[in-house]
Amino acid sequence: MVSAEFSTVASDLLRWIPLIPLCAAVFNLFWGRAWGNKTAGALACAAVGASFAIALYLFWQLPPTGILRDPVYTWLESGSFKVNVSFQVDALAAVMLLIVTGVGFLIHIYSLGYMAHDDGFSRFFIYLNLFIFFMLLLVMADNLLLLFVGWEGVGLCSFLLISFWYQDHNNTIAGNKAFIVNRIGDFGFTLGIFLLVTGLGRQGVWTLDFLELQKYTQLLSPTMISAITLLLFVGATGKSAQIPLFVWLPDAMAGPTPVSALIHAATMVTAGVYMTARLHFLFVLAPSTLSLIAWIGAATAFFAATIALTQNDIKKVLAYSTISQLGYMFLAAGMAAFGAAIFHVFTHAFFKACLFLGSGSVIHALGGEQDMRKMGGLRSRMPITYWTYVIATLAIAGAPFTAGFFSKDLILWEAFSRGAVILWVIGVITAGLTAFYMFRQLFMVFHGECRADDHAKAHLHESPPVMTFPLVILAIGSIFSGWLGAPEYLWGSRWEHWLQRFGAAATHEGSVQTEIRITVLTLAVVAVGIYWAYAKYGRAAAMGAPSAAEQGFFYRLSLNKFYVDEIYDYLFVRPFTACARFFAEFIDPRVIDGAVNGVAAVARGLSWVWCGLQTGNVQHYATGLLVGTLALLAYFLGQS
Amino acid sequence: MVPLNYYLILSAIVFAIGVVGVLIRRNLIVVLMSIELMLNAVNLTFIAFARQLGSMAGQVAVFFVLSVAAAEAVIGLAIIISVFRHRRTLDPQEMQLLKW
Repeated sequence: MVSAEFSTVASDLLRWIPLIPLCAAVFNLFWGRAWGNKTAGALACAAVGASFAIALYLFWQLPPTGILRDPVYTWLESGSFKVNVSFQVDALAAVMLLIVTGVGFLIHIYSLGYMAHDDGFSRFFIYLNLFIFFMLLLVMADNLLLLFVGWEGVGLCSFLLISFWYQDHNNTIAGNKAFIVNRIGDFGFTLGIFLLVTGLGRQGVWTLDFLELQKYTQLLSPTMISAITLLLFVGATGKSAQIPLFVWLPDAMAGPTPVSALIHAATMVTAGVYMTARLHFLFVLAPSTLSLIAWIGAATAFFAATIALTQNDIKKVLAYSTISQLGYMFLAAGMAAFGAAIFHVFTHAFFKACLFLGSGSVIHALGGEQDMRKMGGLRSRMPITYWTYVIATLAIAGAPFTAGFFSKDLILWEAFSRGAVILWVIGVITAGLTAFYMFRQLFMVFHGECRADDHAKAHLHESPPVMTFPLVILAIGSIFSGWLGAPEYLWGSRWEHWLQRFGAAATHEGSVQTEIRITVLTLAVVAVGIYWAYAKYGRAAAMGAPSAAEQGFFYRLSLNKFYVDEIYDYLFVRPFTACARFFAEFIDPRVIDGAVNGVAAVARGLSWVWCGLQTGNVQHYATGLLVGTLALLAYFLGQS
Repeated sequence: MVPLNYYLILSAIVFAIGVVGVLIRRNLIVVLMSIELMLNAVNLTFIAFARQLGSMAGQVAVFFVLSVAAAEAVIGLAIIISVFRHRRTLDPQEMQLLKW
């Protein structure tokens, strides 16, 4: 794990990967409206496509232990502390690059169709390109500060895109919520960076460069590393929507659906996982932080899955499933199996983007309807959407030989083989819950009678090819992307070999027999979940309004998201606004304005005393002049 | 030859009359004339000292004062005329607009 074993290769191409989307965003900003929607959209797509092509080329060239570097310029220099704007691509970053540009490219194409009738077409593509730019900055940064720029940038773009339809007040509130909750996480993140810099600086090493950090981590004391990693993880909980900062992600569904797919499923929320993997050399030295991460991940996975069971908004279900899957990723990260975490990021990007885009296709067809109780029976009317949705649902549920099967299984196996049995049990139960709520959604949306109103029914149509094409590609990815990381008893994993440095290829004590048994057990739980969903929602008779039995305590608890928003409202938001109101209504007008006005009042009072002297009569002044002159004269004559 | 003191005393008396005129008269034209009186009292001292000390500097100063006084009279009278046109009075007690 020393940097000596890396072979660093300089490559000028790297800078173009983020630069091209940025250029496209700037061009569209100035000329997008003038050129018209077609050109603006084509330019935006082409830019991301070009980035994808370059990323593929670099991926091809990259040796497994090599690092491509592209130093652009020195950003800050203060004494021996130096921060460069420079990019690096190693195996980890290359994978993320491909996810961001590849899935991003497909979502751009999809947006061409989805946003075709929207007034803010070019604005939308400016934001999308800007988002890709910041995400690439985050992924390719070779130091923590540049990563933080990307980190904040995606937060900004997420805010812009969530409140994209800003005419609706609820959307802007959702955007604000996402932004503010992320700020809380980022606060921890910045503190972590500060602590890291000063902690190393006290030892005489002033650096934020990842390779340098890796070289000098042993200079830090264990408690220091624990504190740093904890603070950094606070940032990750904000960005990656973990307990306690997950509340923004469900609300973020207020944005257009491609945004949900791009930002809140495939790329941005994975930034937290990416960051822990990128700083794996720090995290592995802090076992207490790691176990906390694992527990929070497992808890989030389970908690979000239970909420997703009862949601009726098609996108809310997917939102909570995203949180749940992110929980799996952190569970893997907490097991120090960063390779497995990134593997789940990789497969999740495909099936979650496919699910979101599929739901977008449904919403588009029904003219903006998002309530699953008003859907149903769309199978025959939207065959492509249906079949891709089925594949992605199977993948997320973990059906055999789909992407989710391999990645989730790997995570569960990591948990089990490292002795974290309780976490493993939680993970398995969550897998069953996942299967239930995803198939519940599938049955509610596509099977049974169509419950849409007549107007929507008349307009029901399959989406245009520009929208179905990305769906098909993503569905293919939802199956085959997992095959790269197959377990040893099948055909072995290319993935573990690729991400060896990030803790994927840990030596497992468990035998192949146990591994297969574990897998079968998980599959059984998943099958139970699917059957349960079929029994409850699969038959035509069971569809429609929820029965009285479903109005039980737990059902309502889950439907109302465990009242987390309300609890936060009472615990944090209200005291905060009360405090703000106190300052606005008392401190500001009384104390601050009081001080300013008081000074003015004193000056005016004093002036009343003297203003009697100013009569406006010139002769009085002249008298004053004379008296003064005489007085001076008398004084000086008296002196001599 | 008249002693220097006589000139100085006369000059002081004329100056004092000018001062009192400026301070108490109720007509701006008279006030202006009082100012001229003060200037000329000063001129008288200058001349007296110039003569006493045999120096030309005092006389030069007088020429300056005369020219300034002429200019001042011109401008002062112009202002007075315009004030009178505007307000139909020349009483300085009536002109008290410039105050708080």
